[in-house]
Amino acid sequence: MPKHAPDPVSPREVEQFLYREASLLDHQQFEEWLGLYAEDATYWVPLERDQKDPWNTSSIIFDDRTLLEIRVRQYRDPRAHARLPVARTVHQVGNVALVQEAGNEVLVGSSLVLIEYRKERQRVFGALVEHRLRRTDDGFRIASKRVDIVNSEAELDGVAFLF
Amino acid sequence: MLGREQLAMMVRPDRVHRALYSDPDLFELEMQRVFGRAWLILGHESQIPAAGDFFTTRMGREPVIVARHADGSVKVMINRCSHRGSTVCEDARGHRAEFVCPYHGWTYRTDGSLRFVPLAQGYGPDAESKKAGLGLVRVPRVESYRGFLFASLATEGPALYDFLGPMSASFDDMVDRAPDGEVEIAGGVFKHTYHGNWKLVLENHLDGLHPNYVHASSVAAAREAPDPAQPEKYADIAIRQMRQNGAPDSVWESIGTWATEFGHGYLGDYHSDSRLVVGMDNPVFAEYRGRLEKKVGSERATKILGVTRWNSIVYPNCSFMGQFRQLRIVHPLAVDRTVVYTYSFRLKGAPEHMFRDTIAFSNVVNGTGSWVLTDDLEVYERVQKGLSAQAGDWVYLGRGLGGDIGDAGPTRRGATGTSEIHIRSQFAAWLDYMMAE
Repeated sequence: MPKHAPDPVSPREVEQFLYREASLLDHQQFEEWLGLYAEDATYWVPLERDQKDPWNTSSIIFDDRTLLEIRVRQYRDPRAHARLPVARTVHQVGNVALVQEAGNEVLVGSSLVLIEYRKERQRVFGALVEHRLRRTDDGFRIASKRVDIVNSEAELDGVAFLF
Repeated sequence: MLGREQLAMMVRPDRVHRALYSDPDLFELEMQRVFGRAWLILGHESQIPAAGDFFTTRMGREPVIVARHADGSVKVMINRCSHRGSTVCEDARGHRAEFVCPYHGWTYRTDGSLRFVPLAQGYGPDAESKKAGLGLVRVPRVESYRGFLFASLATEGPALYDFLGPMSASFDDMVDRAPDGEVEIAGGVFKHTYHGNWKLVLENHLDGLHPNYVHASSVAAAREAPDPAQPEKYADIAIRQMRQNGAPDSVWESIGTWATEFGHGYLGDYHSDSRLVVGMDNPVFAEYRGRLEKKVGSERATKILGVTRWNSIVYPNCSFMGQFRQLRIVHPLAVDRTVVYTYSFRLKGAPEHMFRDTIAFSNVVNGTGSWVLTDDLEVYERVQKGLSAQAGDWVYLGRGLGGDIGDAGPTRRGATGTSEIHIRSQFAAWLDYMMAE
């Protein structure tokens, strides 16, 4: 194989990172999952299709790191009624594409099929996902994640799991 | 069908029969006698400012179109073609000169009247003359209060203002707070569903006893978060709101629960979030208060901002937060299935940042993915499951019974803020609707 200058971001590395994120959620390793997020990270599940920002329109979830930490702590509380038992999930990540590289960050698009099972009910969600990944000495960190579920504007039962 | 005697036996001073939450036949009767009679909130005039603007919604289970007609009036019509029954409009909102049935092209004006029928002669020689009686079925009574749109499927009943009674103050509370004297719906609509009866959400919104139990996990998780500090961050509103649900019993006991006529009621406020409660120490509010005072004067501004109501219930489908600019509309789908649409409002003339705080508040209080709301929905479903058990017939609502305190007019206040007075009052109204044949 001919030698190339090292690519700053390899598609395979990005894919593996997204798979790892999915796996941590599917194995309910929420604390480790949170460790993938940068201190200034945002996690966003918009309410509306093509929603411009999380400030002037409500969101199904819009969390900064502090709020994500609350979410993870709540999972472990023995009185978290909607999270007892914690939903079992499969996050199927596909169509991973590097959209744009800028400085130490890369914008990654992917699709997500999520199966959620809890208390005799199973739901399927489909979503287009956008990660902004930041390179650090310790591998990627998620600087932002946006999950546009296809039925965000539909009538929905409560969402007590993470996309 | 249940007779009056049986209905009366199911509603006692301190209890109701579980069938009121779980019997499908009773639910069908409720759709006719409660949702078919009461004033139901539909939305707000800001959703349809111009002639031809419309939105679709439900009245109970009836699909309706709410449209601004050419003459400026608001018309509410059943969304059902008079020919073979198809809906004539599937969009949640929009602007149309007319509604055309997709099946055979029958075409209706924005007041529901039938304008055009393709190949009309095929329906008989007198087809043209029949058109007048073949418009969309019009909802007979439509009124608005301070821009909030209500309609009733019944031709007769109290006028809206009399129906609202003291609850009109809850709507005044929101609109009066706008420096420009107007509010508008903005910021999207949450539509959260649960497998439970529609009454559960109306009972819960004035329930001052549940937060320390239902919301214990989010209270605890938020208490471990860093204390909100300057400069203010987005997360602060959620953290304060979650923590406030863990207020000591003494707070909940003292805030007050009021019941008014027709099953309505409201809960006093318990808030200590300076980002949300005007009058507390927050720089944005200095600017806001200045704008309001400029419009209405200092004395009036103090009075307006001194109203502290948390949730207001206008029975049977409206849960409203004046001070916090939220509206929830309750749509029953089945005896054990309900959807709640939630809306935020912008105060015209207020600093833009206040609306951002309204959005942050809606995410934590009404958000489908909220730490708080998801636990409410879970408990509604557990109640519904428990009430399907045949072992127990009764649901107890006796907390505070006998201790009600007279207030203005027919309004009564619960012995404490955690009294179940509001639920007893809702069922008294329910029985009145259901007993009238």
